[in-house]
Amino acid sequence: MVRMTGREGGRAVLSALVGAALGLGVYTFVYAKGYSYFSNDPAACANCHVMREYFDSWQRASHHGSAVCNDCHTPHALAGKYLTKAENGWNHSLRFTLQDFPDPIRIRPANAGKLRANCLRCHLDMAAQMPEEDCVRCHAGVGHGPRR
Amino acid sequence: MKLSRWTYLELAGIVLIGVVVLLLININQRKREARDVFVEVVKLTEDTVEPAEWGKNFPREYDGFKRTREMQATKYGGSVPFSHLDKDPRLKRIFAGYAFELEYNKARGHAWSLQDQDNTRRTKERPQPGSCLQCHASILPAYRKAGGGDVLKGFEIVSAMPFREARKLVDHAIACLDCHDPKTMQLRVTRPAFLYAVKALKKSQGVENYDPNTMASRQEMRTYVCGQCHVEYYFAGERKIVTYPWAQGLKMEQIEAYYDRISFSDWKHGETGAPVLKAQHPEFETYSQGIHARSGVSCADCHMPYLRQGAMKISDHNVRSPLLDIERSCLTCHPFPASEMKARVEAIQDRHAALLSRAEDALVALIDDLKAGGATEAALQLQRKAQWRVDFVNAENSMGFHAPQESARILAEAIDYARQGQIAVLRKR
Repeated sequence: MVRMTGREGGRAVLSALVGAALGLGVYTFVYAKGYSYFSNDPAACANCHVMREYFDSWQRASHHGSAVCNDCHTPHALAGKYLTKAENGWNHSLRFTLQDFPDPIRIRPANAGKLRANCLRCHLDMAAQMPEEDCVRCHAGVGHGPRR
Repeated sequence: MKLSRWTYLELAGIVLIGVVVLLLININQRKREARDVFVEVVKLTEDTVEPAEWGKNFPREYDGFKRTREMQATKYGGSVPFSHLDKDPRLKRIFAGYAFELEYNKARGHAWSLQDQDNTRRTKERPQPGSCLQCHASILPAYRKAGGGDVLKGFEIVSAMPFREARKLVDHAIACLDCHDPKTMQLRVTRPAFLYAVKALKKSQGVENYDPNTMASRQEMRTYVCGQCHVEYYFAGERKIVTYPWAQGLKMEQIEAYYDRISFSDWKHGETGAPVLKAQHPEFETYSQGIHARSGVSCADCHMPYLRQGAMKISDHNVRSPLLDIERSCLTCHPFPASEMKARVEAIQDRHAALLSRAEDALVALIDDLKAGGATEAALQLQRKAQWRVDFVNAENSMGFHAPQESARILAEAIDYARQGQIAVLRKR
């Protein structure tokens, strides 16, 4: 039997722990379909159970043929898109795991701004003449239709 | 002892692993919640009246149901009992000669429906029929037993029994069985009076042989289950069959026309002798005239809003005033702060309460004049009309909210008929 020094023993235990943490971490990530959040697939957003009814109501809305979640809810430049995903992903998973969020959920002002920018991205010709800045105040049903 | 750097790193690693494991367990639990909506612990049958048995399979819904015992007040309603008669002494005059002059309290939640019926002076001091139990008890198995297997026959037999005798046949207040099929959990309507009445109502609209259990949409059922009981009714004939007077329609004057046609009156007014009507909580009828009904919003949408529990979404079975849970009840459709919605509702209710008070003043003034002499048959009929209108609105539990404009219209008519009655009396003198 080889006797290990304190430093060697510490390294061995730590390696085992790091291995276990990595393995468990990767397993949890895959089990929770963490990779899907890098995609554009609307079904990924409904992984988080809270989004189910928003996913369903999107399927009943006029925009579902032409825009997915990311088209309206995240910026289109690569960095902005993944920063938005990261920030909201962190907030949503933290609040949902701790079961600490208002119901019904509401879009936050910062995200509403990104949404508005995306309305204009496609509809600028028409929307440039509109005095009202908040598109969905009137067009409430275009992204999410009836909920039941 | 001084711990080495390695020990700290190892401890940090163990904590990290612990956190990941907890997260994994949590995700697993949420996934299971989303997949397995219920676990069948006990077999439920048509004879399972005990709500606690249903609660074994549906603990979340049962928990809400039990909470209907809680008492919470809103500005005008809620479930904290108070005496309407003490709060508004005019009602003693309006109900003179009728059981409601004895005791008339704000109703409490579903879980109290049988106990409060047992204890009111209206059933203790005045003879009442078994009919009352159609809506105060979970009574279906008792009907089936009394009718030898035939619910509708049992309904007629039990209705005709004296209240205290029929009371021995039931043990539970309104419960699960009354609105749910025990096999499929589908919503269903079971109250015979409702089944007859909605059939007659639909016939008047040109639909023959209407059966809500097979022909209504899910959203309609989310209103009909409540409309089984939260309605205007009377006891028809000597056998005291509970009957909802909808054969000519649901509106106040259509129901009045129905009563006029069969020359029905609930009692002779104690002060004037007028053949008057008592309205009973016509919530379904009033709601049906309002903007929410028109927009396809059901009773359950506001009174049993969806409630998230983990990854599940259930209907809150703590049936109560939407003002006690404005976020879930109103904000699902109305994108405004809860304080704004409360202000809107209370603005409607304050205006309504003021108008209702004026209408009661007018009615009491007519009763005073009729008593003082000069009462003619025509004037007594005007009391009947005014009284029916005041009570149709007053007995309805929403302080005008279910249909504000319709309620205001009815109260305007009530004031008009009361004052017409006074003029008729003065002319006669």
